[in-house]
Amino acid sequence: MTFVLFAEQVLNGVQLGVMLFLMASGLTLVFGVMGLINLAHGSLYMVGAFAAAGVAAATGSFLLALCAALAAAAAAGAIVEMLVIRRLYARDHLDQVLATFALILIFSEGTRWVFGSFPLYLNVPAYLAGPVTLPGGIQYPLYRLFLIVVGLAIAGGLYLMIARTRLGIQIRAGEADREMIAALGVDISRLYTIVFALGAALAGLAGALVGTIQSVQVGMGEPVLILAFVVIVIGGIGSIKGALVGALLVGLTDTLGGVLLPRIFATFMDNSGATSAGSAVASMLIYLLMAAVLFLRPRGLFGGAA
Amino acid sequence: MKSKLIAAAASALTLCSGTLGTAALAGAHMSDVKVGMITTLSGGGAGLGIDVRDGFMLAVKLADTGHIEVVIEDDQRKPDIAVQLADKMIQSEKVDLLTGIIWSNLAMAVVPSATAQGKFYLSPNAGPSALAGKGCHKNYFNVAWQNDNMHEAAGAYANSAGYKNSFILAPNYPAGHDSLTGYKRHYTGALAGELFTQLGQKDYAAELAQIRASGADSVFFFLPGGMGISFLKQYADSGIDLPVIGPAFSFDQGILQAVGDAALGVVNTSQWNKDIDNAANKTFVEAFQAEYGRLPSLYASQGYDTANLLISAMAKADIHDQDAFRAALEEADFESVRGDFAFAPNHHPIQDIYVREVIKEGDVYTNKIIGVALEDHQDVYGADCKM
Repeated sequence: MTFVLFAEQVLNGVQLGVMLFLMASGLTLVFGVMGLINLAHGSLYMVGAFAAAGVAAATGSFLLALCAALAAAAAAGAIVEMLVIRRLYARDHLDQVLATFALILIFSEGTRWVFGSFPLYLNVPAYLAGPVTLPGGIQYPLYRLFLIVVGLAIAGGLYLMIARTRLGIQIRAGEADREMIAALGVDISRLYTIVFALGAALAGLAGALVGTIQSVQVGMGEPVLILAFVVIVIGGIGSIKGALVGALLVGLTDTLGGVLLPRIFATFMDNSGATSAGSAVASMLIYLLMAAVLFLRPRGLFGGAA
Repeated sequence: MKSKLIAAAASALTLCSGTLGTAALAGAHMSDVKVGMITTLSGGGAGLGIDVRDGFMLAVKLADTGHIEVVIEDDQRKPDIAVQLADKMIQSEKVDLLTGIIWSNLAMAVVPSATAQGKFYLSPNAGPSALAGKGCHKNYFNVAWQNDNMHEAAGAYANSAGYKNSFILAPNYPAGHDSLTGYKRHYTGALAGELFTQLGQKDYAAELAQIRASGADSVFFFLPGGMGISFLKQYADSGIDLPVIGPAFSFDQGILQAVGDAALGVVNTSQWNKDIDNAANKTFVEAFQAEYGRLPSLYASQGYDTANLLISAMAKADIHDQDAFRAALEEADFESVRGDFAFAPNHHPIQDIYVREVIKEGDVYTNKIIGVALEDHQDVYGADCKM
């Protein structure tokens, strides 16, 4: 394997990682602050993608489409939090899983009802289309570089917000001790709505950004949701830093494993069998990684010590 | 959802019975047939099931026999639900004939038990190799294709286009393996690479990097539904400039609009296209657009042909006389929208497979036929079929 091919695959792994981070950060915040398992997070990803596709078709502007994705997902998140999720905080995790699973079904059928059963069109705008040549002669799609930059910028912004702002202090305090910050006079239900809407907006943005190079269709969020859960389990539930490290680990493992394993298998098997067996094992790799992390650090890489 | 479907089926029925008076003379010798349609109407693959259903119901409406009752249920693309629905349709609805299943794994779960219980099954889509070969059954008819057919045609086309070094990829599941096997059965050149992707995979960055580095002169892929949309968009954006070939499943009318310009010029193989020049196809394409306000896909054409096959057999025999009805089905005496159509001894089609190219007509992306890949093509599994 040449250096160029390897470098390109590392970039691909990082790109997958930062997009997973956008999903996982919301999931981990909601779990960390409110103790809620939200299976419907993937639906918010879908809402973002559909809102972006709708606005892009109507206005032709990619930037407006991204803003619409953020706004629609945040609004959907806030509404869902106030109508449904709020009633679940005191319940046990099984009730939360059941209710948010029901939300997945409602969102999916609702989206089909509004947009129909056929996938929607959403494509890379002309100014981000096509490949660019990086140092070392790597041909890499400009849009994927854009994804990496946006993802890292949001990771940085999220870090600053949590470390430096008043809202960040409240979120950290909420993770540490819910009752105490309520007792100190913080409007806890408002804080919950904001955190939930923030997580939803990030998921919606990820849906729009990724939907642009994939397909915008009903049910697109659930496969990503599974990966996002793997990420937060590896990173440590509730930890933003853990979500970033976990997302990059999962992205790189998944991409490089899928490329390297069939080649390794091909050294002692025939080509057809090696690609088949190699890709089968590669698809298990992130779960093996998760199992290994849980074995060594049962609370994840950056999980609390409690 | 279910109640909506039953309502839709019921309204289709009232439409039939409402015209019973006028149709009574024409269909005087016809006996009633109750059809159970199990297809995918919700979830990711719903577009395919909806097209099959709409094509089927259009033919039923146009023929206006007044003797066909259709019960429609949604399998949600889940084999366990499909099996429950089949049991319910056979035992409590007492249907005479089943149809509608899109996916091969669901067909494998439903068809053998339905035919073993003495029901007819007409497949409007799935054609797993097991049901064409050793597992064939006298009451099972496939009106679409055997799964390998379009991939074989793609391999044959690659030869005629002069490709010598193909990079081929498909998802890592049985139909994906069949696909690459089918391509290699007719393709005589070398392989620059062979990849199995994960089923449901949406990001092909890693695969595209390998295609770029492989030195291939052409790319063959089988990635149905949303997987194909993602692949084509990313392929167009990667700057790789090799010709692409695929089976029609990634280029049907339902998903082309979502792919957009990225699909233009791509060559794909299909047993049907809207520009096949015959009267039946013209009627079908016009009536489908008038009824549903969109262009038909190959799935809709398969549903339409399935219903017309059924109607042709009903005109000749009573479904309760199974031997006579089976013989009538075997004759395939109906005007297929794809032109010549006959059943091989294993009850799978003998038909031409065409080469199509994706074009843009006004604002709509669609296909046009540019040649025939395989004439009077039949699957290779029939030899193992002992009825």
